[in-house]
Amino acid sequence: MFLETGNIWLDYAIWLGIHILASAVVMVVLLLIIAFLLLMDRKVWAAVQMRKGPNVVGPFGLLQSFADLLKFVFKEPVIPAGADKAVFLLAPVATATLALTAWVVIPLDENSWGRWVISDLNVGILYLLAISSLGVYGIIMGGWASNSKYPFMGSLRSAAQMVSYEVSIGLVIITVLLCAGSLNLTEIVNAQRQGIGSSVGLPNSLLDWYWLPLLPMFVVFFISALAETNRPPFDLPEAESELVAGFMVEYSSTPYLLFMLGEYVAIVTMCALTTILFLGGWLPPLDIAPFNWIPGIFWFILKIVAVFFMFAMVKAMVPRYRYDQLMRLGWKVFLPLSLLMVVVVAGVLQYGGLV
Amino acid sequence: MIKALFFYLFAILSVSSAAMVIIARNPVHAVLFLILTFFNAAGLFILLGAEFLAMLLIIVYVGAVAVLFLFVVMMLDVDFAELKAGFIKNAPVGALIGGVVLLELAALFLVYGFDVGVGGNVQTAMPSTGSGIDNTTALGRVIYTKYVYFFQAAGLVLLVAMIGAIVLTLRHKEGVKRQSVAEQVARSPKTAIEVVEVAPGNAVLPSTEGPK
Repeated sequence: MFLETGNIWLDYAIWLGIHILASAVVMVVLLLIIAFLLLMDRKVWAAVQMRKGPNVVGPFGLLQSFADLLKFVFKEPVIPAGADKAVFLLAPVATATLALTAWVVIPLDENSWGRWVISDLNVGILYLLAISSLGVYGIIMGGWASNSKYPFMGSLRSAAQMVSYEVSIGLVIITVLLCAGSLNLTEIVNAQRQGIGSSVGLPNSLLDWYWLPLLPMFVVFFISALAETNRPPFDLPEAESELVAGFMVEYSSTPYLLFMLGEYVAIVTMCALTTILFLGGWLPPLDIAPFNWIPGIFWFILKIVAVFFMFAMVKAMVPRYRYDQLMRLGWKVFLPLSLLMVVVVAGVLQYGGLV
Repeated sequence: MIKALFFYLFAILSVSSAAMVIIARNPVHAVLFLILTFFNAAGLFILLGAEFLAMLLIIVYVGAVAVLFLFVVMMLDVDFAELKAGFIKNAPVGALIGGVVLLELAALFLVYGFDVGVGGNVQTAMPSTGSGIDNTTALGRVIYTKYVYFFQAAGLVLLVAMIGAIVLTLRHKEGVKRQSVAEQVARSPKTAIEVVEVAPGNAVLPSTEGPK
């Protein structure tokens, strides 16, 4: 695949260079897309409330995110006197870095050039689960290091919340893995070429994707993804009506920016994961002429944006949960439901002759 | 060659952060170093070709267990003077145990040198599983067939531990209002609203029962 020169150090340097280049391209494109998704989030929210939303910076407010970026970067970072300085600064860096790290294994497309993924891990989905479970550290460390009551309360809430919803996310992922038979994300997408759609005469179409046979799990996964990324209606770690801004109270300037960035990257990662697990990744909705001319990566981005639109609509429409309701939903509704579905899916696959 | 470099990187980092776990003064810093140790151990697993175990180590230990450690340690009000007194009081016992372990390790090293147990097979600690089978599949095939009873027994042990923890902490306090979603949904205007005609100049006290 790569140039073989015989010298292992030179080979390694070339390999390293290619991967650094690929990572840089993915990161820059991802951050650019997120800048506009952030604007879309605010515009959707505004439209639901019959406002215009940001419309001053650039045409239609298109440059708003960049203006915000500059504003945050040029402000003064304030570190509270009683704060644990090292951990206080480590927390936002950890949040942003971990969120970006997840994109190493996200497959963007597969065509005659090969697989469009930086690292084609055969435990890709476990890697994503591991990275998303680490997201909680940024919040806990930030809340504790601020040495203040509100951030600490926020971080304790978030620790309990994220650990609870990871359980149901894990079980939902198991149902998908049982159907796909692989932990590799590219193979999970390719497994969605055949399914219900193929058996009713629409091969390689949107009816083949796992959202249809695993519809209850799709809903559970979507709601758990909201809770895992601290999106409204589950944004209790930063509930502004009771905790001011939760774990982010003491943060300002660039550290705050990194927290926000990490949060939005994590949200987009969850959108991408929903797309890969349930919406057929880069596969076109119908395998006929105008649809399958379009390169897969555009379908992938389009599906991510569609899922993100759902995230934004939920934020605009649903009121915030109370903490006991959140815990009830996670442990008493989603956990039994997804556990039952693991058994049902395994049973259907084993005894329905589908393996 | 590059593998060896990464091995030394992970090994040095994991040993030194493990040392920092006991040296660090602040218990929260100690837990954070413990997390760094777990990470480097996961890196070592990946070098051995056991990527499934590496990911599980991160998901289970770093993602869940260490979060709970951190959770508890953060809420402790640690008194350093008391901690030091305890350290000095228990130091002889600790020194005795440490000395015994050190002697055992030294004895092993004197007899076997660097080839302890594995006889130079460090590279194949995770045996190659043959053509095209990744180690997730290989583990699944062994765990659910040959070791299925041990696997079930381990699950039962964890279940018993979980039930024990719940039994120890579950208390039903009297007089705590609990939400019953079914009851709330089943409410209708008939059961929830009471319409009262109030004649001018009169007052009607609400019924003490209140609307159900």
